Amino acid sequence: MNNVLISLEIMWKGMAGIFITILIIMLFVWLMGKFGSEK
Amino acid sequence: MSFLLDGLRALTWQQVVMYVVGIVLIWLAIKKDYEPSLLLPMGFGAILVNLPLSGVLDQTLQGGIQANGIIQWLFDIGINASEAMPILLFIGIGAMIDFGPLLSNPLMFLFGAGAQFGIFAAILLASVFGFSLSDAASIGIIGAADGPTSILVSQILHSKYIGAIAVAAYSYMALVPIVQPFAIKLVTTKKERRIHMDYNPSSVSKKMRIIFPVAVTIIVGFVAPQSVALVGFLMFGNLIRECGVLGTMSDTAQNTLSNLITLLLGITISFSMRADQFVTLDTLIIMLIGLFAFVMDTIGGVLLAKFMNLFLKKKINPMVGGAGISAFPMSSRVIQKMAMEEDPTNIILMHAAGANVSGQIASVIAGGMVINLVTQFLK
Repeated sequence: MNNVLISLEIMWKGMAGIFITILIIMLFVWLMGKFGSEK
Repeated sequence: MSFLLDGLRALTWQQVVMYVVGIVLIWLAIKKDYEPSLLLPMGFGAILVNLPLSGVLDQTLQGGIQANGIIQWLFDIGINASEAMPILLFIGIGAMIDFGPLLSNPLMFLFGAGAQFGIFAAILLASVFGFSLSDAASIGIIGAADGPTSILVSQILHSKYIGAIAVAAYSYMALVPIVQPFAIKLVTTKKERRIHMDYNPSSVSKKMRIIFPVAVTIIVGFVAPQSVALVGFLMFGNLIRECGVLGTMSDTAQNTLSNLITLLLGITISFSMRADQFVTLDTLIIMLIGLFAFVMDTIGGVLLAKFMNLFLKKKINPMVGGAGISAFPMSSRVIQKMAMEEDPTNIILMHAAGANVSGQIASVIAGGMVINLVTQFLK
């Protein structure tokens, strides 16, 4: 039971971590696109 | 002359089962063309390591003489000591990937993240089945749909199921054309599968293509340090491809290096397919959880696309979300094929390819996240 609860915690933390990382990369790509189009 | 029968006398029924497994893997590779570069060496290796008193494994001969075996040595050096083989393979994978479709349509990044859901759903299911946390996490990473990541994570977490995990990961990657349509049809309507998407890519400059791999390495390095080996070598390979001054090295990474490592990785991983470890009920359960992981990956990506459609003016074909798994380019091709089955004029390949290469990045991030989180709980 303990491992199941830990797995649930790993699930939400892991998915949140992946989405945050991907959003940071998206922000970077967007900024690069904006920077590039201004030149 | 009884020594000629030593091998036969040492034969166990579990080893005979492994010969059948090995022959099935070779058959799948040759006859069905399922990931032949991996399944064929693994199948042949499964036979090699399960021959009684096999010389490819370390043996103590009569008279106490120690004889080293080549496959055991390859495993100890190439995987156990440093995870060198799966990591080096990422240079070749990185050199093969064109991030252009993703960079020109950054929204597709999100599907790479959404389609990692199967990893965590599978970890949960493995825990319910009673596997230890490190084994459950290693089994769950089959959902990364990425063989080298699965091998690396299960090795770092010291899972004893690395052989079954590798077989499951590569088998289901080969079965993406069967698994994904089934999962997508479970959660989409015919009308949704017919949604057309405009493709108006913004141009991607060479500077952007060069800065991207360096920036991703740094960003992921800060957020998920355990991913650095994976994402770093993936992006190193991509930088070699995009820099424009290392053409021959890029070719070598994409072809010679990838083929060499893949060939050795397949036969090396067969070390963990010894009968005493592989012929268990756990292996069967792992195969089922692996299938569950792939289905949940696809459903996760599709449901994310459907959720985004609630807010978007220009709707996304939810099947594109399912392409966010790491199995590139097979998944994007499967999605395009499904779209054309519903409507022969519907072209969503480039969107799916963008989501698919995002899955490559997200899966290595997920690998690092899993290692990071699980080791925190193992303290």
